[in-house]
Amino acid sequence: MAHIDLGQDEQVYLGIHGLIRYRPETGRPLLALNEALLRGPHPLTPGERELIAAYVSGRNECRFCQGAHSAFAAVQLDEGMALVDQVHADLDSAPISAKLRALLHIAGAVQHSGRSVTPELVEAARAEGATDVEIHDTVLIAAAYCMFNRYVDGLGTLAPDDQEWYLGPAGRVATHGYLPVLDR
Amino acid sequence: MHGKPLRCHSGLTRFNPQPRSGTGFEIQESDPIAYIDLGVDETELPGIRGPLRFRPETGQPLLELVEVLLRGPHSLTPGERELIAAYVSGRNECTYCCSAHSAYAAAQLDEGMALVDQVRADLDNAPISAKLRALLRIAGAVQVSGREVTPELVVTARAEGATDLEIHDTVLIAAAFCMFNRYVDGLGTQPAADPGWYARASERIVNTGYRQVV
Repeated sequence: MAHIDLGQDEQVYLGIHGLIRYRPETGRPLLALNEALLRGPHPLTPGERELIAAYVSGRNECRFCQGAHSAFAAVQLDEGMALVDQVHADLDSAPISAKLRALLHIAGAVQHSGRSVTPELVEAARAEGATDVEIHDTVLIAAAYCMFNRYVDGLGTLAPDDQEWYLGPAGRVATHGYLPVLDR
Repeated sequence: MHGKPLRCHSGLTRFNPQPRSGTGFEIQESDPIAYIDLGVDETELPGIRGPLRFRPETGQPLLELVEVLLRGPHSLTPGERELIAAYVSGRNECTYCCSAHSAYAAAQLDEGMALVDQVRADLDNAPISAKLRALLRIAGAVQVSGREVTPELVVTARAEGATDLEIHDTVLIAAAFCMFNRYVDGLGTQPAADPGWYARASERIVNTGYRQVV
């Protein structure tokens, strides 16, 4: 049970879904932010950006967000959940590009604190070809998931135990994006 | 007991903006300071203002979120909600956000900056309502982790009269400032060089809100 009465069936509207519907005034800009960050036109693919969201959510131990964005990344990456699991388990040896690894190192620093991002981390990403927009969006995706993770867990929402559950929303998000989430 | 007022300074300055004379490397005011080229004069647009301009596609929903959270119709006043933002930003040691939202809170609370300083220095003894104190304790838990918010913290706030919406918005304000603080510091932006900048910014925020920032 969530810490507040969300006025809906929490077994149906799990995790952030109940919160977005409880307060659409804040839900709408949150969905718009997510859509721009994870699905808008960008040099990083949606799968790569979902991987950043999943990685940060894992480090914050937010079960709902980690399960959801791991599934969203897996359905949009050729290597699927095997790669997502490798990135969660051991970023340094996961078979990803040097640029994406450097960006994930920046995301990991942001998860700890904005002040943990060093000029060296940024230079390392730039040396692997990361652009200003890629660095900016990596920092903001990581920061945004430090918000979403706290929002979801801070209000005590429920997360499904069955990892298969997340494949339903994953298919809908990959096809239709985040904006229709409020209308479901 | 009076707590010692806290400054918003983290004590960590990555870059000393004082021009060094005679080295041949004098720093111009318009030189980039942040980790990426924001394409703005960072002395005119400190903190989050540069990143918001750099990427309006994300800046717009961020400003919409903060407008609803801190200034939309609500049983907590804008001053009380800005106080939550300032408190969390202070705990995250984000100099720009702490300075800005402390100023915005002070401008909208009868007791002004003295109260903001007291809350940041010693929440337990600050002269605020028991309800606001209980909500700030929830915000402090969120700053550490969402999983730090216990049923006991929520029950305490409710016993002091906090509603579901007040608890919801306290959690989301605290969570949102865990984002804004990381965004501002993670890109290496600098706080305002002139402390008077925050008071001037607070006039605009109080009068016209956040949507006009970009």
